[in-house]
Formats: sequence, structure tokens, C-alpha cells
Amino acid sequence: MASEVKKQLGDNIFLTTLDAAASWARSNSLWPMPFATACCGIELMSTAASRHDLSRFGSEVMRFSPRQCDLMIVAGRVAMKMLPVLQRIWLQMPEPKWCISMGACACSGGVFDTYAVVQGIDRFMPVDVYIPGCPPRPEQLIKAIVDLQEMIKAGGTYNAREFALRDSAEGPARFDEEELIRIRERNGLKLDSPKYDPVH
Amino acid sequence: MALDNTTVGSEVQIRLQSSLPDVAQTWSSFQGQERVVVPASHILTFLKACRDVTGFDQLIDLTCVDHLEMQGAVDRFELVYCLLSVDVGTRLIVKTYLNEPNLTVPSATQVWFGADWLEREAYDMFGIVFEGHPNFKRLLLPDEFVSFPLRKDYPQQGRGERHNFPIITRSKS
Repeated sequence: MASEVKKQLGDNIFLTTLDAAASWARSNSLWPMPFATACCGIELMSTAASRHDLSRFGSEVMRFSPRQCDLMIVAGRVAMKMLPVLQRIWLQMPEPKWCISMGACACSGGVFDTYAVVQGIDRFMPVDVYIPGCPPRPEQLIKAIVDLQEMIKAGGTYNAREFALRDSAEGPARFDEEELIRIRERNGLKLDSPKYDPVH
Repeated sequence: MALDNTTVGSEVQIRLQSSLPDVAQTWSSFQGQERVVVPASHILTFLKACRDVTGFDQLIDLTCVDHLEMQGAVDRFELVYCLLSVDVGTRLIVKTYLNEPNLTVPSATQVWFGADWLEREAYDMFGIVFEGHPNFKRLLLPDEFVSFPLRKDYPQQGRGERHNFPIITRSKS
């Protein structure tokens, strides 16, 4: 019987799980949201352009509406005035979604260790793949996307709800609230300064 | 335009001094640049005279300097107006000094409207208050910001503002 089936169908049918098939499809049609704020954005554009041709990897459809994207590429330093915008755009993207932190500044603040620049976006939002470099070469971004595709294929998701388990911050440890209060008191700043709220 | 720079500069000085005899003016010159220090209480009168009497019709820049740790400095904040007469090509630097707690000067927007954003930036970075400005609020930093970061006593890494955001996790997004 088995040999009869094999003879009839040959290699035309293969068995898998719906999960794996969906993940395979998702991994090969990533729609990036280019959040390019600095020179990394130039490398991002170069990656998408003809010389490096990101479409070879099935993720060339850059969309400037977060509603149509599932891969956030944060390319460049994020100023503290920009972070609420970044978080809001991230919340507007439909699930399943992934995030690449591109370049030294997005990963860690880079050389900008000042009051105005966020010291790594992973302190405040989830990041799946980090790319070092200042700025990274297009090959590095391509490698990151290939790595992310492997991650998506291995991860698998029916309904993107596996993320529900990831309910803690994924970046470095939260800046100590007590330390924040101490710094502010030392500098004579009032403690009731307004909190940021990007959602509302 | 046969006048050289020194002649034009002294002509400006003579005209302003004769039209505003009751305003204390300290004139100096360095490498052909004319500079004048005016008390903050008379700054608006003086700027108006600069425009109307001597024809400085463009405000090139308006900025501020914090002399907190500068040796020999008497006053803390120095407000600098860089003026240009487009017709003649003459430039004039007008300075005034301010000290805490009275960091208020009248706005120059009624003399040159181009002072709009320049004054907002000076407020944003140094906390100088310009009275009579049509739209007085921060220019670059978020409205929630409470410090003035270009003051010399402000730490370079901030007072925790860059850590003051909610954390979005996977399960929440």
C-alpha cells in the first residue's frame, strides 16, 4: 500500500504541520518597517537597493505604514523625544512582528552618552536581533535578516500568542528607580515631574 | 561703499550714542568687529534703535552663553544678538548680562520676527524667559522636560530623563 501511494504521488506531497508551513511562509515574506533616523538608514537603503538587493531574501517590501509591516528595523540613534513615537509605531504593527536593532546607537546609545539619547532601545521595547557596527554594512543587515528567518522558522506560531509568555523587559536591567530618585534629589529636581506615556 | 569697516563701526557707535544718551553702552572692537554691552533693562529700546537709527534690518543670531565656571566672570548668563545691516554689510554684536533669579528680558520678536525660534531655543537650553513672545514654549525638547540642558551645572548624562519611559514587553505589544 505504502509503495502504491509513493508510486502514485511521488514527491508531489509532503506532510508537515500547519505551524511549520505558516512559519516558513512568514519567514520568507517579511515586510520591513524602516525606522531610519540616522546614518544606519543609508545602509538600510543601500541594502534594499539594487547592489545588495534585499528582495533576494523575500523582504524587500518596505512599507511606511506600520499597519502593513511585521519587521521593525530601528536604524539609527533614538532620541528621547523620538522614543514615544517608536513605541507607538511598534504598538501599531500587527502581530506576529519582529524587531531588528541596527547599529551601535540603537543597540546601546553608541557614542551618544548624553541626556537626549536613549541608551539602547531594548530597554523599552522587545528586540529579536542586534546588529553591531557604526554603521553596519549591508551584508550584516542581510545576515541579520537571514538569522531572523531561521528564528521564525524554528519558533513557529499558530496565532502569534507565544509572545504572551515574554512579559518581562528583554534588554539590560531596568535603570534602578531608587537610583533615579537619588539622582534627581541630588540635582534638586522635583520628583513629580511628568511621566511619559506613549500610548495615551 | 568707500567706507572701511572701522569708519562704519564708529559711525554706528556715534549715532547710537547720540540717539540714546541715557542708555549705558560699553563699546569695544576686536578685529574689526564692533561689540556693545547694554544693560538688560534697556535692551529692547536699544535693539529698536539699532533697527531704526542705524538700519540693522536682520537678526542673524540670538544665543546665550553660560559663564558659570568662567574665571573672572561677574555675571552668569550673557545674551548675544548678532545684527546685520543688509544694505551696508555692517555687523554689530549686542550683548547683555542676566543673573538668576531674574532671567527675564523683553522679546525681540516685535523688532525682528526672526527672533521667534531663536528665543524659544534660548529658553529651551538656558531657561531665559522672553516676555511678549507670541508663542513661548520649548522648541527642541519635549514639553515635559523640566531642565535646561546647556547650563553648565546640568550633568551631561541628564537627570534620568532618558530612563523615564514605560517598558513595552512582547506580551504587552
